[in-house]
Amino acid sequence: MKAKVYVTIKQSVLDPQGVAVQGALHSLGFNEVESLRVGKYMELELGDVSKEAAGDRVKEMCEKLLANTVVEDYRYELEG
Amino acid sequence: MKFAVLVFPGSNCDIDCYKAVENVLGEPVDYVWHTATDLSAYDCILVPGGFSYGDYLRCGAISRFAPVMNEVAKAAEEGKFVLGICNGFQILTEAGLLPGALRRNMSMKFACRDTVLKVENNATPFTRDYAAGEEIVIPIAHGEGNYYCDEETLEELRANNQIAFRYKSNPNGSVDDIAGITNKAGNVLGMMPHPERAVNEILGTTDGKKMFTSIINAWREQHDAANVR
Repeated sequence: MKAKVYVTIKQSVLDPQGVAVQGALHSLGFNEVESLRVGKYMELELGDVSKEAAGDRVKEMCEKLLANTVVEDYRYELEG
Repeated sequence: MKFAVLVFPGSNCDIDCYKAVENVLGEPVDYVWHTATDLSAYDCILVPGGFSYGDYLRCGAISRFAPVMNEVAKAAEEGKFVLGICNGFQILTEAGLLPGALRRNMSMKFACRDTVLKVENNATPFTRDYAAGEEIVIPIAHGEGNYYCDEETLEELRANNQIAFRYKSNPNGSVDDIAGITNKAGNVLGMMPHPERAVNEILGTTDGKKMFTSIINAWREQHDAANVR
């Protein structure tokens, strides 16, 4: 089982890094970029577990460590 | 009164904290490694600045699960004094001992300079030697000191007098110019500026000294009161 975890800064929270990267794209002529948010992508190899069990465990990992839910949102995908 | 200075892999203000206690107060102080499982001998826990665990994932995210952090939570629960400075503040928020989180500075730059702070609450064990509204010069040195909490939490912080320090001129984008906050009980304080770097004329400012004298005076008052009883 493989899990892909995406962590992004909440929409309500300013992402200075995203703003800076968006500015850089604009200066390169990519003016269509209306918004950009920088996040984190993590790949987890989970071994031989059921999808349901993996989902519960990954959610717990996100809540406890992988995301700080005060300022970040997370979502994940399970494969295999 | 006995002080502990926690040391995580990547702490780099631990010696400054140790020396501040030694030089300003002359009280016993120990370095305590992050694997320690007993802090019962200490009256005040200092969580120093630095880049614990390389700031991997998020500042303080990994440190908060170090074995010693269970003991810090216990000490906080018991009403002992816990002071988190810079990375220490980040660790305390990650651990849930203080509300909110520290984001990347609005400027995206590491900010390293003196700042003027206003003492917003001088009724805490960490600030009692300052006058209410006193302006003090304390240096900052951080890339992620931009304090954030939601509106509801901010209202709570204001209502409970938990905002200990505000920046006179906001260096990082912090919500409501917040430089330091306490927990509801007032015995846990986190701040981005470094009072331990402001305890000697040769450091440019001695305005941080009163934080350390406040702590010992608060402890003595508690201690004497206990003796009388």
